Amino acid sequence: MTPMEFDFLKTFLKTRSGLVLSNDKQYLVESRLLPIARSSKLETLSALIQSLQKGGNRALETEVVEAMTTNESFFFRDKTPFEHFKETMLPAMLQNRATRKQIKIWCAAASTGQEPYSLAICLKEAAAKVGGWRIRILGTDLSQEVLEKAKTGLYSQFEVQRGLPIQLLLKYFDQKGDMWQINAGLRAMIEWKKLNLLEQFSHIGEFDIVFCRNVLIYFDQPTKTEILERIAKALPDDGFLVLGAAETVVGLTDAFKPVPGKRGLFQKKQAAQTATRPALAGATSRLAVGATTLR
Amino acid sequence: MKQCLVVDDSSVIRKVARRILEDMNFEIVEAEDGQKALEECRKTMPDAILLDWNMPVMDGLEFLTSLRAEEGGESPVVVFCTTENDVAHIARAIRAGANEYIMKPFDREIVEAKFQEVGLI
Repeated sequence: MTPMEFDFLKTFLKTRSGLVLSNDKQYLVESRLLPIARSSKLETLSALIQSLQKGGNRALETEVVEAMTTNESFFFRDKTPFEHFKETMLPAMLQNRATRKQIKIWCAAASTGQEPYSLAICLKEAAAKVGGWRIRILGTDLSQEVLEKAKTGLYSQFEVQRGLPIQLLLKYFDQKGDMWQINAGLRAMIEWKKLNLLEQFSHIGEFDIVFCRNVLIYFDQPTKTEILERIAKALPDDGFLVLGAAETVVGLTDAFKPVPGKRGLFQKKQAAQTATRPALAGATSRLAVGATTLR
Repeated sequence: MKQCLVVDDSSVIRKVARRILEDMNFEIVEAEDGQKALEECRKTMPDAILLDWNMPVMDGLEFLTSLRAEEGGESPVVVFCTTENDVAHIARAIRAGANEYIMKPFDREIVEAKFQEVGLI
């Protein structure tokens, strides 16, 4: 691969997916795209890039974008966000939405589904508290291929052993030959949609909790800001945003504020601010929860 | 330093497990069957036990049952590590007092994930 070819690939991926490929990622390109080059009978990376330059091969273009943007994922990845979910977000929402009895959760980079399924498991484990509630989980990803896998809920023996306690495997999965399938009850809790965060997503509606972990790291600063601000529009004032362990909103947008002591957890700025002020008449219950959460 | 008893009749598996666990800062003791493992436990009760199922002399399940009946035998965290990967076997192991379960083949990441799961690291 020549420097010019690498530059072309950088621009191509930036335009198509927003992915920012730094110059030290040559190895990543080789390891992910060589298999595609070979399966497309193109032999070399150069040949693959030339074919992209020529244009007109939509299937190949999609395959390249998906191969470069697909993340490794596992159940209960990083643990902390799921503790925040059980201990902070869910109790707050159970109080704030007590009249409507409805909570909407969006996993914005659902990949092969482990994150939404982990949340569904948390909800099943909290069944006593959420009985009678309508809880909707939407899982979206840029890649149709990973969504297809997510939908089946089928995971290899390796995949179910990373992050998933054995009791939960026994409780929520069925063994299917060499694979393990998440049970139908959990699969029914999640809706899947292909969605590119670079494009408008106002049509998917409003959410109370948004998980957007380890995806912003691929974007440049202005793109990160733009996406965060559009997510803010999809959240009510007391809504929560969860970012990856190494990600933050600081220096990117004022729309969100970190929840003190809760790594990776953010709330809309106005909600966080009002929560620290004395409660206003008529909005007491909602603010009270914010206050306990933010202490 | 925490101690981990690695119980497996295959010396290759014991060696692989030892290498992974030593990197995780465990002091390793090895045993090639359940009987020898029980003797090791009577000498010093380890913090963790990585336990194969199918072994000559005394198998893993029999060992676990005996261990849990011993004085102080409830304290080690027991992680099964076996090719027996069906629901019935897993359920039996848990009922007998296993804390976690690794289905072979395993790698470093799985051992780390499972040991984290049970609070060993």
